[in-house]
Amino acid sequence: MTDTLSQRWAPTGIPSAVIDADVHVNVPGINVLLPYLSDYWREICTKAAFRGPSDTSYPAGMPTSARPGTQPAGGGPPGSDLALLQAQVLDAWNVEYAIVNCSYAVESVRQHYQAQAVASAVNDWLIDAWLEQDSRLRASIVVPSQQPQFAAREIDRVGDHPGFVQVYLPVRSWLPYGNPICRPIFEAAARHDLVVGLHFGGVTPNPPTSAGWPSYYLEEYANMATSFASNLMSIIVEGVLDEFPTLRITLIESGFSWIPAYLWRFDKEWKGLRREVPWTRYSPSEYLRRHVRLTTQPNDAPPGPDGLRRLIDQLGSDDLFLFSTDYPHYHFDAPDEALPTGLSEASARKVLAENARSWYRLGSSAPRAENGG
Amino acid sequence: MARYVVARVDEIPVGGRKIVAVAGESVGVFNVGGEYVAFRNRCPHQGGPLCEGALWGFVASDGPGDARLVREGEVLKCPWHAWEYDLRTGQSWYQTARPRARRYPVQVEPGRSLVANPDDALLDLGYAKGPFVAEIYPVSLDDVYVVVEIP
Amino acid sequence: MVLTSTPQTRPAEPESQPTKLEIVDCDIHNYLPSPRVLTKYLPERWRAHHETIGPRSPGARFAPQAYPGAMRLDAWPTSGLPAGSDRDFLIAQLLDRYDMSYGILNPLFTGALTQTIEEYGAAYCAAVNDWQIAEWLEYDNRFRGTIQIPLEYPEGSVREIERLGRHPGFVQIGLTSRTAEPLGRRKYWPIYEAAARYDLALGMHFGTWGRNPGSGCGHPAYYIEMHTGQGESFQEIVTSLVCEGVFEAFPTLRFALIEGGFGWLAPLIWRLDRAYRLLKCEVPHLKRLPSEYIREHFWFTTQPVEEPPRPRDFDQLLADLLMDDRIMFATDYPHWDFDSPEEAIPATLPLDLRRKIYSENAKEVYRLGDGE
Repeated sequence: MTDTLSQRWAPTGIPSAVIDADVHVNVPGINVLLPYLSDYWREICTKAAFRGPSDTSYPAGMPTSARPGTQPAGGGPPGSDLALLQAQVLDAWNVEYAIVNCSYAVESVRQHYQAQAVASAVNDWLIDAWLEQDSRLRASIVVPSQQPQFAAREIDRVGDHPGFVQVYLPVRSWLPYGNPICRPIFEAAARHDLVVGLHFGGVTPNPPTSAGWPSYYLEEYANMATSFASNLMSIIVEGVLDEFPTLRITLIESGFSWIPAYLWRFDKEWKGLRREVPWTRYSPSEYLRRHVRLTTQPNDAPPGPDGLRRLIDQLGSDDLFLFSTDYPHYHFDAPDEALPTGLSEASARKVLAENARSWYRLGSSAPRAENGG
Repeated sequence: MARYVVARVDEIPVGGRKIVAVAGESVGVFNVGGEYVAFRNRCPHQGGPLCEGALWGFVASDGPGDARLVREGEVLKCPWHAWEYDLRTGQSWYQTARPRARRYPVQVEPGRSLVANPDDALLDLGYAKGPFVAEIYPVSLDDVYVVVEIP
Repeated sequence: MVLTSTPQTRPAEPESQPTKLEIVDCDIHNYLPSPRVLTKYLPERWRAHHETIGPRSPGARFAPQAYPGAMRLDAWPTSGLPAGSDRDFLIAQLLDRYDMSYGILNPLFTGALTQTIEEYGAAYCAAVNDWQIAEWLEYDNRFRGTIQIPLEYPEGSVREIERLGRHPGFVQIGLTSRTAEPLGRRKYWPIYEAAARYDLALGMHFGTWGRNPGSGCGHPAYYIEMHTGQGESFQEIVTSLVCEGVFEAFPTLRFALIEGGFGWLAPLIWRLDRAYRLLKCEVPHLKRLPSEYIREHFWFTTQPVEEPPRPRDFDQLLADLLMDDRIMFATDYPHWDFDSPEEAIPATLPLDLRRKIYSENAKEVYRLGDGE
């Protein structure tokens, strides 16, 4: 790609090592999945014109869904063109590894077996069209999360592929993920030593809030944090992290300024109410430090240059944050705004790459001499 | 230190208690399996009437869905915010980031036997010590009387 | 088990406040001695129904709840009446014990507020309000009441607000979280219109039973999720009230957030301002930043008080909020998560701020004292 294009997307001072823990790949259309479906499903998709799930988590008309300039010239939605991803993220940021999340709303597909077939097709397409095309890419496995047994089967099917480092779970779910019904997902993830990524979004029959359906996308967008809070609480109190002590969870696109006060409240109440969940060995904040990581976009830190540093201080660790651009979602204008500020050099290095490197068991830290895949 | 007779032995059967006003303090005297222990009637958390709390058991669990009682009746649970205190030692049992509060010494009269290292047993069950330790007072028996020492 | 309790001797307090501050308790729950007490306040149409069929709340409830009835164990009166229903016991254990100048009652009965039979709900709420007047407000002049309304039946709610809106004993209209729709939705606007007309505050209280799953992720299983998750419910409703433009439509509205905690409020303000800047094309009816609406229209009670492990983090919470004039002390008596007036608020806060928290902010928003 031309220098002009990559300069528009590059920060002014490119850090020596960057791992991007959240970039998005979007399925351009059902037709790219057809080769990976069985005859039966291929026929249904074409003759009954199944156009894929309707993902309302990133409506096309909303500014946050895509930055200007991410639309591929040749057609297809933002995030569907590898060359553009390489130019605008991987090369521009000198990214060593990027973790691809595909928010294809498989959980919205009501027919269980169709959801399973579509999820498998997405994963096979991710392997062929992305992982095998650029060795900097890693990816999250897409699963029919509404059917935990099927999800476990899919994790077992592709979980050992070296390109997959994580299982993608939309944070808005049919049931809170701590429910024993969902346990097979975590069991399979642990079996393959995969991270479980709870991700912004999710299209389910449940209303997005405990008070029903809000009117505006603005509300849904802001309320996603409460779904993260609820689902994390479920995972903790139901003992998922006790049953699988090696399990790693990443909260992706969750924001994080809500977390300290949430943990203070959760710790306080757990002390009096722990008897109801006696298998919880640690306080909630201890579980977070041991088992959970957070991506840095969207950055909802307190205003001012010290916002992130203050959160790190309140949470007690700089291990927790994983740099992300969340490409192509629109959270920052100038690329420099995505860089962590107010941190020591050592902490900044951890946030920019080293935390993700150890969390996702990625390769060595040899600095890259030049751009390119 | 002054010593106060707070009850006759037969007033407080095993599992029972008596709350008395002594030397300007409210004190709860408990009979824990034949041992007497005296607590200041004030929870270190927010000052609730600790000695009016119900007695529960400790809970052992090997994993989600598994729960069984051990040392039944030996958890004094504050009637307000449900903080749990070991009735034998006054130690609260939770883990937090807060530093430990100042600990009062527990004196056990010779001839009495407590469970060996009850703290270790709880740690083995997965409990961790909380930040609070309830104030307990030395208790001894004088003939048929229960005697508490108040500083 | 022998339990001999002497009349409570106050143990020596390790630290006592150097200055005695006036206290207004902004959240007290009074209860019926028995459901039949209400019968005489009901119209004939509903008397037999109330005594035989009763409120019949559909939907599964969370049980157990930490302690019987979710009450602190020492709040069960020696008279044998249910906790919160014995006036003399409550007055002695709370108003007198802590020398309070006012106590705001919030008798939240799920069967009244979320009653599926609309007219029964309206009648039930009216009966509770008349009971509040006759047996509480007129019994001790320190009590003030909350107008109970059948909030999912706005027509009946407006009728009740119009009936009692001028009664000097009521300081607010009662709402809860976990409603059938987010409270900013137009369904509820007639309630806000009536509140504005009568210049009454609205008090939204912790709610347990709504018509939706308890979270945006489906049905939680444990009481701790329902209880601790209250902060999440409050955030969702504040978001709704702001984004739907309730405060553009009703610019004089005063909204009290009761028993939701407040640690989540500053992060919500940052989050909403940020989201609004990105997505304001969707909400042109909003003329100001969410933070401006929130700081202008909301008050909140302290209970359950935030307990960060480091005291400076508590100070930081308040510094982030910039709402020192909006914080109101509450005990939530007689529930188990009761906050003690003597212990819950850090004694290290400046005296001026503690005065605001303990009484001045409440007196202003509820028009208590000289302003009545």
